[in-house]
Amino acid sequence: MAKRIDVTDLDIYYGSFKAVEGATLSIEPRSVTAFIGPSGCGKSTMLRALNRMHEVIPGAYVEGKVLLDGEDLYGANVDPVNVRRTIGMVFQRPNPFPTMSIRDNVVAGLRLDGTRRKKAELDEIAERSLRGANLWDEVKDRLHRPGSGLSGGQQQRLCIARAIAVEPQVLLMDEPCSALDPISTLAIEDLIEQLKERFTIVIVTHNMQQAARVSDTTGFFNLSGIGKPGKLVEMAETDVIFSNPTQQATEDYISGRFG
Amino acid sequence: MSTTLEPTGTPVPSSAARGITGASVRPGDRVFLGLSRGAGLLILLTMASIAIFLVVKAIPALQANTANFLTSTAWFPDQSPAVFGIAALVFGTVMTSIVAMVLAVPVGIGIALFIAHYAPRRLATALGFVTDLLAAVPSIIFGMWGLQFLTPHMEGLGEWLNTYLGFIPIFTNTLGLYSKSILIAGVVLAIMILPTISAITREVFVQVPRDHIEAALALGATRWEMVRLSIFPFAKPGMISAAMLGLGRALGETIAVALILSASYDINRHITEPGGNTFAANIALRWNEAGPIGLSALVASGLVLFVITLVVNMGARAVIARRAEFSGAN
Amino acid sequence: MSGITSFEGDQSTALLRMALSGRRLPRWGVPAAAVVALAAAIGLNAVTGIDGVAGTLVVAILLFVAGQTGWSFSVEGRRHALDRLATTAIYATFALALAPLIGLLATVVVKGSQVLSSSFLTTSMRSVSPRSEGGGLYHALLGTLEQVGIAALIGVPLGILTAIYLVEYAPSGSSRHLARVVSFFVDVMTGVPSVVVGLFVYTAFVLTLGMQRSGFAASIALTILMLPVVVRSTEEMLRIVPRSLREASYALGIPKWRTILKIVMPTAIAGIITGAMLAIARVAGETAPLLLTTFLSQSINPDPFTGPQSALPTFIWDQFSSGTDASVNRAWGGALVLIILVMVLYAVAKIIARFAGVKKL
Ligand SMILES: Nc1ncnc2c1ncn2[C@@H]1O[C@H](COP(=O)(O)OP(=O)(O)OP(=O)(O)O)[C@@H](O)[C@H]1O
Ligand SMILES: [Mg+2]
Repeated sequence: MAKRIDVTDLDIYYGSFKAVEGATLSIEPRSVTAFIGPSGCGKSTMLRALNRMHEVIPGAYVEGKVLLDGEDLYGANVDPVNVRRTIGMVFQRPNPFPTMSIRDNVVAGLRLDGTRRKKAELDEIAERSLRGANLWDEVKDRLHRPGSGLSGGQQQRLCIARAIAVEPQVLLMDEPCSALDPISTLAIEDLIEQLKERFTIVIVTHNMQQAARVSDTTGFFNLSGIGKPGKLVEMAETDVIFSNPTQQATEDYISGRFG
Repeated sequence: MSTTLEPTGTPVPSSAARGITGASVRPGDRVFLGLSRGAGLLILLTMASIAIFLVVKAIPALQANTANFLTSTAWFPDQSPAVFGIAALVFGTVMTSIVAMVLAVPVGIGIALFIAHYAPRRLATALGFVTDLLAAVPSIIFGMWGLQFLTPHMEGLGEWLNTYLGFIPIFTNTLGLYSKSILIAGVVLAIMILPTISAITREVFVQVPRDHIEAALALGATRWEMVRLSIFPFAKPGMISAAMLGLGRALGETIAVALILSASYDINRHITEPGGNTFAANIALRWNEAGPIGLSALVASGLVLFVITLVVNMGARAVIARRAEFSGAN
Repeated sequence: MSGITSFEGDQSTALLRMALSGRRLPRWGVPAAAVVALAAAIGLNAVTGIDGVAGTLVVAILLFVAGQTGWSFSVEGRRHALDRLATTAIYATFALALAPLIGLLATVVVKGSQVLSSSFLTTSMRSVSPRSEGGGLYHALLGTLEQVGIAALIGVPLGILTAIYLVEYAPSGSSRHLARVVSFFVDVMTGVPSVVVGLFVYTAFVLTLGMQRSGFAASIALTILMLPVVVRSTEEMLRIVPRSLREASYALGIPKWRTILKIVMPTAIAGIITGAMLAIARVAGETAPLLLTTFLSQSINPDPFTGPQSALPTFIWDQFSSGTDASVNRAWGGALVLIILVMVLYAVAKIIARFAGVKKL
């Protein structure tokens, strides 16, 4: 059920400011792709352009093509709501809905999409998603307590459970571990390893070891200059990027010479 | 593309089955957007109709009027020929508001300073609550209180002003009567607009960046010097607009003034003597006895009041807007 | 006044500036000056015959200010004298503002509780002459509850919808200009005097559309008065809801309108209710628009759409204007009931705001 993504010559704008220029890349199904690069180079922007979350910012738009199994996400009669349903997202800071219980958080996407479902069915999906996010054992006794009562790492896994509950094809993760401690980070990394069997995963990270540990392919983004748009410098198998990059900038960044 | 079998074996309608195409604006969104935009438009419509209806319904009286609407002090719109003008109302409205502003602006700023920078934290919150309570007291109760309890206490002040400051025309009292005066109405208005002024100035005082304050104190300024050096310059536009919003309320206040003043249609400069009238009070007092032209004349005076308060309020907003641009706050 | 302790914050820096050697008033200086001033004022009182507690207090304060400033000027210098003067002035303005509030509340409670009884709350003024004791305000209480209730039923949803338009839809839509105009006129609307709103409802609905002067006409006026307040407070609350919650919802493929209804609104609901209740409290005591749009009634009329219907403010106005002892007492009783109603609304609103504010992430 995972799908591939092909991006061709994508320019991404915030109003008149061009944040990313000429990005062309392919993302294989059932793989983990990591985006790395210095702060402000447009990794989050690129990621959000992949499920049309970019355009919720007033004045933001893109030019170019993003194909999901050959179908253009920015095509004329494409509903962005359906795009986001197909391509889910996990954010940097865990953001469970504060007014909902743990269980309601998980099934929020299903309950609020307009179709009626039986309670038992929702309960089952909630359990399956929480198990999928490796959180079930920790929360099964307090499903009806608020989600905001969990620890940061648990909250993040709750958000992952919430994202996979709607059965997306692709899962985008923007620095999912940057607000977490090392143990929670490991838990999430393990989870990514498992999720990759079912989903296409794209992850933004500042942590080079993490990119090396979890990803199959790595894309390196960089700024072409101050105030200039960010660019995809190089994208290849993770082993290649970390051992034998073709670009000097990539090597400098990976070896910690800047960024 | 069909239902997918999950590891657990339960069929779930996969997103693949739904696809990504569909109407780009959903019906639910269209309805909701329509409703909420409609509500916004209704507000515009209301404001426009207030202006339109007041103008249209004022015309009959203005046509029937044989006196000068702006300079006449008489109010006999239902006589034939009709004779009425707003000069006395303008005078009374302006004088009560001036008295109110002279008292309420410094006191309001003092309260705001006290709560924001002088009182201990815990006390400050409680005091903020108390001044907010003052804003919640209905104006008719202020009017009753002003008439029955403030008036006796104000007579001493009126006598004192007449004795020692009587050489200033406005404080002269030739009647020996001190109740139901513009001064008392002004004092009550001042108390009524205090919460407005102090609440808004307090808000801007609290926003003064800590750095500004500490910079001044580090120079060895006393607290008062710090206030003049750091707080007032920063908060000036906020203080001005707070004063103007307070003025807007004072100009339009009806019932308290109607209770306190003994409505008379003359321009009496002696503000401690009984008499005077305002736009708003006049409308409330004359309403039920007015004939068709009388009503229309009251509408005409209401239109003038509407325009005056509109100008004052827009001025206040303009000052705030300019300040927002400069501070870069959003 | 007790300025000593709160001075210590800047005392250290001020001392530094004076090379740590400046002379200050002793700690007991301020209370001592106050006591001396009060004693002197009472003494003067006996000599000159300035009468009353208020007069004495004013003289005492003036003496205190003059004495303290002079003393400070001679010991500490001009800058500290000025500072003390300003501090005293600021404390004094505060006391000055508190006095009328306390006086007013005390008056209402003392005078109002004399007539307040269960029959006062449960009977009307039907066939009670202005001169006789007795009667009650049940008819007016009922009228106020109905008129304000209807106004809230119309005004609160309209206000919330407008705020949703301004915060949620307008910024990302094509109608940013329209939104700015709406926002501007919401501000302007806040400043329209209530008597003008009453005039508008009368001219538009009664004169032009042929509606009766009735409780419902009053409700329309109250709706217009509460609308901008509801819009502004709701707007503020919606803006506090973190962007990340909306994004989390969009990322789940939840449509915008459901996101607003099911994610944003529940998060902000406590604040929105608070704002709405404050708006209701504000209009519940409005008198002028009611005088213009309703007819007074002395008897119970549960139908807000037809016939004369009283309300608490107009009841108070009527009884107070009648001017007999009995009716003025009833007016104070009405004032007490009205103030309790408003304060309860106000307090509940504040409590909701306190305990269930927007939950931060
Ligand atoms: N909402 C926005 N409006 C305008 N410009 C934005 C906005 N968000 C990001 N930008 C700009 O777009 C560029 C790319 O930002 P982006 O957030 O994609 O960087 P990033 O690579 O994710 O950085 P980081 O590693 O710090 O998260 C930056 O120059 C940033 O200032
Ligand atoms: Mg980022």
